[in-house]
Amino acid sequence: MIKHDIVIVGGGPAGMAAAVAAYDRGVTDVVIIDREDTPGGILRQCIHNGFGLHKLGQELTGPEYATVYAVKVAERGIKVYTGTTVLSVTQDRIVTATGREGIVQIQAGAVVLTMGCRERSRGALNTPGTRPAGVFSAGTAQKLINIDGYMPGKKAVILGSGDIGLIMARRMTLEGAKVEAVCEIMPYSGGLTRNIVQCLEDYDIPLYLGTTVVEIHGKKRLEGVTIAQVDENRREIPDTRRYIECDTLLLSVGLVPENELTIAAGISMDRVTGGAIVDENCHTEISGIFARGNVLHVHDLVDYVSDEAERAGCGAADYVKNGVQAGEYIPVKAVGGVRYVIPQHINRNATGEISLFMRVAQPSGKARITARQGETILATATKLKTAPGEMEKLIIRPGLLGTGEITVEIEQL
Amino acid sequence: MERYDVLIAGAGVTGGMIARELSRYNLSVCLLEKENDVACGATKANSGIIHGGHDPVPGTLKARLNAIGNPMLFEACRQLNVPHRRNESMVCAFGPDEEPAVDRLYQRGLENGIEGLEVITGDMARQLEPALSTQITKALLIKNSGIVCPYSLTIAAVGNAMDNGVTLKRNFEINKIEKTDGLFTVCSANGETVQGEYLINCAGCAADKIAAMAGDGFYTINPRAGEYMLMDKSEGGRVSRTIFQTPGKEGKGILVTPTVHGNLLTGPTAQAVDSGDSTFTSAQQLEKIQRLAAKSVPGVNFRQVITSFSGVRSSVDGGDFIIRMSDKVEKFAHVAAIDSPGLTCCVSIAVYVVDMLAQAGLKLTEKENWNGTREDPLAFSKMDMDQKNKVIAENPAYGKIVCRCETITEGEIMESLTRQPVALDLDGVKRRTRSGMGRCQGGFCSPYIMKLIAQHTGTDMTAVTKNGGSSYIAVHKL
Repeated sequence: MIKHDIVIVGGGPAGMAAAVAAYDRGVTDVVIIDREDTPGGILRQCIHNGFGLHKLGQELTGPEYATVYAVKVAERGIKVYTGTTVLSVTQDRIVTATGREGIVQIQAGAVVLTMGCRERSRGALNTPGTRPAGVFSAGTAQKLINIDGYMPGKKAVILGSGDIGLIMARRMTLEGAKVEAVCEIMPYSGGLTRNIVQCLEDYDIPLYLGTTVVEIHGKKRLEGVTIAQVDENRREIPDTRRYIECDTLLLSVGLVPENELTIAAGISMDRVTGGAIVDENCHTEISGIFARGNVLHVHDLVDYVSDEAERAGCGAADYVKNGVQAGEYIPVKAVGGVRYVIPQHINRNATGEISLFMRVAQPSGKARITARQGETILATATKLKTAPGEMEKLIIRPGLLGTGEITVEIEQL
Repeated sequence: MERYDVLIAGAGVTGGMIARELSRYNLSVCLLEKENDVACGATKANSGIIHGGHDPVPGTLKARLNAIGNPMLFEACRQLNVPHRRNESMVCAFGPDEEPAVDRLYQRGLENGIEGLEVITGDMARQLEPALSTQITKALLIKNSGIVCPYSLTIAAVGNAMDNGVTLKRNFEINKIEKTDGLFTVCSANGETVQGEYLINCAGCAADKIAAMAGDGFYTINPRAGEYMLMDKSEGGRVSRTIFQTPGKEGKGILVTPTVHGNLLTGPTAQAVDSGDSTFTSAQQLEKIQRLAAKSVPGVNFRQVITSFSGVRSSVDGGDFIIRMSDKVEKFAHVAAIDSPGLTCCVSIAVYVVDMLAQAGLKLTEKENWNGTREDPLAFSKMDMDQKNKVIAENPAYGKIVCRCETITEGEIMESLTRQPVALDLDGVKRRTRSGMGRCQGGFCSPYIMKLIAQHTGTDMTAVTKNGGSSYIAVHKL
């Protein structure tokens, strides 16, 4: 068995940022394992711009952003096992992976899980109708166009207004396809406002809110979809059905953290985020195993993925150098309109700034988000508007942390 | 023109198993299939149950072929290395009104000569299956019943038949049958023609049309669709046995069963449809499945659904199988109306049909070198570490994971493209390897598999289809 101080599972933006941060923290024996032949993860197929504004102060495409980190990884001589898929991670940090050279087993000092997320499929939606070719998840279509160089269809309907769906509406249009409509079952879009403007409005693509696909038609290849409006309980409203002829249906109906390895390792999970339960250093409840990026909770912007993953890299490096941090854990609870908060608990002895990340349950106008510990306000921020599609962040300044449960809630102003 | 001793119309599980049975003898046999792959009709979308035999009406062909067919199918699964499990089943009664039905089925089972039946109380049923509803008051336990993967079985049967010399012709949709000078001339929609001395009609939902083309169309198939919902493996352990409800006028009712691959399957509904192609699902029926499955097993988490689908069974009025030599057309065999328990009976039907052909004059001399076994396809996820390293050393493609959800390697994909009956499309690869059958339903792996198919067949990605015909995936190259 090979030994490495830190093994990073997944070479996307989170994995590369964690590796670089761990190295710079002084633990240089770091390896990244990635299943693709080139690291970079899903960024490689995101050829649109808008990446890096927060983190790098410049606007880059996905592949450019990935390259910035790939160069940092290469400069430090961090080994990347490419074309290698991790099969299992155990609680005593044995990582087993397979590639064309055979099976590799590594005893890791610390493991950072950065596997990212996957898209919800048509099957998970349980949409009635036939099962023809031409129904793709938006990311699969993106890969076909941007990596493989093939158009998945000529006339499309997009279900779901998540960011990938919006980006793909524009991408399909730019490549000559006609995008008939984007349908969103919720009364609001799940995507970033800038994407609604730049990807739909600029191209006159209609966005139908409170509308979903209720039936899929076509025997061999998709021939059309029936859409209908839904009420507040997402039940179809009678007499609102409409048939749209199309040969392609793209689904952008949510992302699911890809935690098969995490669950198999017996790590405690958060039912709301679909990711592991972690502390402020991204440490899971299993000693020496860390998790960050979209595998922990789904992000809107890669910049924040990199930011947070650095925290995991540092946490893993500190663990390798100093072992477990002593101290009791303070639970962090989402209440009153906040859907979840990461981390789910904080070490009482934590030093330095502590970032809390959260999503609200409903869109709202002006609102204040506050983290409290008993009577003490640990952090607060006022927002002109909030939406489930936009992740919020609070920072607890050093020295404020007391004892007792921390709650995070949102109040309308 | 190609000429065979025996032509078989339809490469479902019945046609495939008959082909395998005939491959024992010195005969030339050709299996004709209208789709791009075998097992594309009722065979690919059913409950996958090896029925005990308590259900068919005594005295029917179904009762007889089920009773002898159950052990024959278990044996064939072993020979062909097809995933199967004798997981037992239960027919559950909810309250005093339904309890007599359990007793009736028990009596019927005894009459059919079925062993391993036991009437148990609701509490005993819940001891065996703790997830069962507290409303269940009585149940029939069927110890000889099992589960099997129906398309793996058919692929293996056809593959084994082909290894023993049988020819498979796909995309051969029969549109004309002529008989002159004791020979059937069978034409396909795309202009191919083959000749044969005997013609066996196991065309499923199209069997009535084929029979009419041959000149003996005395029955009408009433296609009945059954919708199913398949749950993620996280739900697979909900029950260990197959859980039926007492039969009503809609057939055996909604079942809850584990699959051999570790998923949980619920369904089927039963409704009349126009044709065998009517494999659509509807919101109403999917809701019904959830409601009725929850009646037996209240804890099923339907949020874990990974796909829903519909299969169309070929039923007839009267309800029994139609298996006999034609009265009107010499050497034409009807093997029609093979609905439930058709899968269980596939081997017994095959043996019965071959006997029937022999009586009709087909000369059977056994091959000296017939081999009825088929090796298990190499399944990476089932190997231990040493085996994995060994196969990767021999062929590095076995180290490359293509389908992350089901842990399927490039080596397994390539095997499905090169081993008879070879996969020609994405669904074919999926049925042979399980790639794309997991949680992401092919989201990540399908472009890569398309590339492998295109490379292997020397075509462009635009020529790769989901399931033949116009089911193309990429429309043009950028």
